[in-house]
Amino acid sequence: MSALTDLGVAAIRNGVRDGEFSAREVAEAFNTAVAGAKALNAFIVETPDHALAAADAADKARAAGDTLKPLAGVPIGMKDLFATKGVQTTAASHILEGFKPVYESTVSHKLWEAGAGMLGKLNLDQFAMGSSNETSYFGNVISPWRRNDGGNTPLAPGGSSGGSSAAIAARLCPAATGTDTGGSIRQPAAFTGISGIKPTYGRCSRWGVVAFASSLDQAGPMARDVRDCAILLEAMTGFDPKDSTSLDMPVPKWEAGLSADLRGKRVGIPAEYRMDGTPAEIEALWQQGIDWLKDAGAEIVEVSLPHTKYALPAYYIIAPAEASSNLARYDGVRYGLRELAEGQNLQDMYAATRAAGFGDEVKRRILIGTYVLSAGFYDAYYTQAQKVRTLIARDFDNAWSQCDLLLTPTAPSAAFGLGEKVDPLAMYLNDVFTVPASLAGVPAMSVPGGLDAAGLPLGLQIIGKPFDEQGVLNAGLAIEQRAGFTARPQPWW
Amino acid sequence: MSVDTATVKKVASLARIAISDADAERMAPELNNILGWIEQLGEVNTHDVEPMTAVIPNTLRLRADVITEGQQRDAVLANAPQGDHGFFTVPKVVE
Repeated sequence: MSALTDLGVAAIRNGVRDGEFSAREVAEAFNTAVAGAKALNAFIVETPDHALAAADAADKARAAGDTLKPLAGVPIGMKDLFATKGVQTTAASHILEGFKPVYESTVSHKLWEAGAGMLGKLNLDQFAMGSSNETSYFGNVISPWRRNDGGNTPLAPGGSSGGSSAAIAARLCPAATGTDTGGSIRQPAAFTGISGIKPTYGRCSRWGVVAFASSLDQAGPMARDVRDCAILLEAMTGFDPKDSTSLDMPVPKWEAGLSADLRGKRVGIPAEYRMDGTPAEIEALWQQGIDWLKDAGAEIVEVSLPHTKYALPAYYIIAPAEASSNLARYDGVRYGLRELAEGQNLQDMYAATRAAGFGDEVKRRILIGTYVLSAGFYDAYYTQAQKVRTLIARDFDNAWSQCDLLLTPTAPSAAFGLGEKVDPLAMYLNDVFTVPASLAGVPAMSVPGGLDAAGLPLGLQIIGKPFDEQGVLNAGLAIEQRAGFTARPQPWW
Repeated sequence: MSVDTATVKKVASLARIAISDADAERMAPELNNILGWIEQLGEVNTHDVEPMTAVIPNTLRLRADVITEGQQRDAVLANAPQGDHGFFTVPKVVE
């Protein structure tokens, strides 16, 4: 039998249920893997006892002959953007260092109710602002992947859910939560050769998730295959009266509905995603993906999303604007850091606390957001961006009259080296293929398609209609079955 | 539109973030670069286009006007950097 840490969510769930191994053995194996992988810096806090307690509950339930919960015996990683009761929750920031919530986020609560255990809190870009995991106050996450050139260049695991992606790829956890505001589940999944889905906006409650840009923030699962994503998604989603934008809809049985038969489905290929400067290997993988979906029975159609090029600039107005408002709560009064020198007044305290507590990228975005919302600029920037957002959403609506799904690359490059992208704008451009679906609120997923010449994973993105996570997952499954992606990073950590 | 150092300091003050002269000087060209790139949105014809308000159509729910969670003073104050007598405390604001 292979190592327990090589098993995914479904295999662990089934193995525990069938008595092939105990949940405690699984939790211990992953706890050991986590403890031995400090070099990746994927975890900010490790919680081995939480994982063991959930495992013991699963083993006890099985021994008693009780019906097992859907995730009984499955330990997972929790992105450190989700409030976890009594466990430090920082959003990878200094300003929240030491913050121990007195409540549990809805999504994590649902996962624990489903029987999952927590291996630890996963590192991320500070306040989920970044595409490389280089903005964390707690240091960079190092991707477990390396180029095949024999060098040891440390690579980005993607961002902002870079702790999640690195930990899953390195077999430190079978699955993890992520959050996606402009691509923060999909791009790190692509960089590390795993799968991840951002559901329709409103599927997962935002309650207890540290807010970045509320009209875009959406939680979702990351795992090593499509089935595992479906299992976790079922446990994470559902109506929550505590989130005013939560969708009051039943949760579909996505795992039971999985089918790689795409006959009768039309898949659109958006012309505007063919961009100058996209590496030939990514173009080739995209064509390969088209052929795989055809092979699965889908009909391929060319479609146009004419406002695609304006998605990124619109996003970089809307997201910072919402962030500048959301992050106003960090004032040194109610929780988190306080900086107050002798003789300083309240205003000084606010400014000193926020200067000391926020990293450069967070400050940059707060300043941009404050600027575009300030008197005299509001209409030219913010209102115009929201109008462009309407046009981008309309592009997708129009496309759905011609097709059921869209296929694109997930990112314009494979993983880059840490420290290679120093210009903030160049970093923003890495989200070019993921941001439009975020602005339109539609479900989108990345699945691994293959490796580039340097031996690094490349991902394909499937975008679906609102509420059609099933269609997205099914197309992901069709690609997964044909890609036969089995590459994994060789342990050096 | 060009953002100078004085504007960066003014925006930082609005955002209640203390900023040194050196940091303001460093950030001005970065912000100009980003804002310059954002300005391409101006070329989109948005005549008769409504700004987006809800990306997935949803209705704002109302709930009964009753206390749902209360009597949790200690929990609310548990993470306060400084509290006293069941209150958050801040530097004196009234002379």
